[in-house]
Amino acid sequence: MNPQSCVHIHKEWDIVGARQLGREMAKEIGFSTVDQARIATAISELARNIYLYADQGKISYEIIYNNSRTGLCLIAEDEGPGISDISQVMEDGFTTSGGLGAGLPGVKRLMDEFEAYSEIGKGTTIKTVKWLR
Amino acid sequence: MENFFKEKADEYKKLLAEYIEFQDEKALYGVELVSKAFIKHNILPEEIVNIHIKALKELYPDLFASFEHSLDFLLEAMISYGLAHQEIQNLREQQIALKSEISVAAQMQKTLLKTKKPDIAGLDIGVISVPANQMNGDYYSFLQNLDGTIGIAMADVIGKGVPAALCMSMIKYSLDSLPKESTPPPVILGNLNRVVERNTESNMFITMMYGEYNPETGKLVYSFAGHEPGYYYCADEDRFTEFSTAGLVLGVSEDVEYEQAEIEIAKNDMIVLMTDGVTECRDGDRFIEIDEVFDVIRQYLHLSAQDMVQEVYRYFERLQDFQLQDDFSLLILRKTV
Ligand SMILES: Nc1ncnc2c1ncn2[C@@H]1O[C@H](COP(=O)(O)OP(=O)(O)OP(=O)(O)O)[C@@H](O)[C@H]1O
Ligand SMILES: [Mg+2]
Repeated sequence: MNPQSCVHIHKEWDIVGARQLGREMAKEIGFSTVDQARIATAISELARNIYLYADQGKISYEIIYNNSRTGLCLIAEDEGPGISDISQVMEDGFTTSGGLGAGLPGVKRLMDEFEAYSEIGKGTTIKTVKWLR
Repeated sequence: MENFFKEKADEYKKLLAEYIEFQDEKALYGVELVSKAFIKHNILPEEIVNIHIKALKELYPDLFASFEHSLDFLLEAMISYGLAHQEIQNLREQQIALKSEISVAAQMQKTLLKTKKPDIAGLDIGVISVPANQMNGDYYSFLQNLDGTIGIAMADVIGKGVPAALCMSMIKYSLDSLPKESTPPPVILGNLNRVVERNTESNMFITMMYGEYNPETGKLVYSFAGHEPGYYYCADEDRFTEFSTAGLVLGVSEDVEYEQAEIEIAKNDMIVLMTDGVTECRDGDRFIEIDEVFDVIRQYLHLSAQDMVQEVYRYFERLQDFQLQDDFSLLILRKTV
C-alpha cells in the first residue's frame, strides 16, 4: 500500500487537521454529508487515542478500489505503549472515559471494515475502511 | 430498506411542508409516527437531521446559507448520539441474552439441588427456599439413613447470585457422597469444611447447620458452623427456645472441630431452621426482630408445616414490598405423634 497523504499527530491541534483532510478526501470521492461526518468522527477518535495514549503517531489516507467500489482507507499508526487486550477494548461499555458510544467500538461502527494490531511496548496500528455506497 | 428510507423521507418532507404552512397538530402526530418507524429500523439521529436538511432545501431552494450551515453543524453534533444509541442497543441485546442464560442456569440449579422431603409417619415437614435474584445461595437437603434417622442440612453461602449458587453445588455433592449411615454431625461439618476450604477462594464462606433427627425418639443431634441459630418450639408452653453450637463458618481454616448438642422434642413440638435471609428481613430501615418471626408462625400453627412456611414467606415477602434482600430459606419440622 502506498499512502497518498498523511497527517502527523503530536499535539491536540493536529486532530483538527486530521479530521479536515479526511473530510475533504471523503467529499472528493463523493461520500454523503452524513458519511463525511462519520469519517471525520472516526478519524477524531483514532487521532485522539494517539495523542492521549501514544503521545505521537500518524494517520494515513488512501483512496482504494475493489471491483467497482471506491473506498477511503485510514491507517492510524503509533509506536506507543500498545493495547494489551484488544478484544476487551472492543467491548461495548469498556471505554475508560466513561462516555457512551465513542472509542474504538465507535470507530468500528462508523466505518465498514476495521482491523487492529497492537504489541505491548511496540505500538498500535489500526486500519479501517469506508466504502462508497 | 432503501425503499423504506425513501418513502419515509418523502413523508417527512410532506409533513414538514404542511407544518411550516399551518403549524397543525396533525402534522406533529404524523412526524411522531415517522420518527417511531425510524427508530424501529435503526435509523440514526444524524440521518434524520440529514433528511430534514434535504427536505428543507427542496422546499426552499434559496435558503439562507448561514441557516444551512447551522443544520450541517447540528448533523455533526448528532453523530455521537447515534453511536451512543447503537451502543445502548447492543448492550440491551446482550443483557437480554444474559438474562435468559441465567434463567436457564437457575432452572438447572433447581434440578441439580433438588432434594426429596422425607415422608415419615408422625413427622410433618415444611420447607421453602426462595432466591433474592435468580440463583439461590441457600441450600437445604434431607438425607435418609438406613437406620431410619434423617439428616437435615441447611446452608447459606455468604454472598448471593451466581458465585454463591456455583459454590452450593459443592456442598450438595459432598453430602451425596456420604455413606447412608448415621454419622455424627460434627464429623460431617468437619468434612465439608475441608472440602470448602480446599476448593474455594479464600473469600468464599458457607454457614451451615447439620442435624440428625431420630423419629423414634424425637431426638435431634446437631452441630452448627456459624449458621443462624435454630429454634425449638415447645407446644405445651407455647415457647420458642434458641439452640445452636459454637463453630466457625466453613472454609476459613482447614482443621476445625465442631461441637455437638442435642434436644428432644415431644408431640406437637417443632424445630425451626432458617438462613439469615429470614432474620435479616427489613421493614423499611428496620430489621425485623426474631419475635416477629415467632408471632407469624404462631398465627399459622393450625396449618400443615408446608403451609406454615409458605405463609411465613408470604408475610415477609409482603413486608419487604416483594423485593427480597437476601435468599430466604425456612424449614419447620413438627412431631405429630
Ligand atoms: N493508540 C493507542 N495506544 C495505546 N493504548 C490505546 C490506544 N488506543 C486506545 N488505547 C487503549 O484502549 C483503551 C480504549 O480506547 P477507546 O478509544 O476505545 O476508549 P477511551 O479512549 O478510553 O475513551 P473514549 O475514546 O470514549 O473517550 C484506552 O483507554 C487506552 O487504554
Ligand atoms: Mg479514545
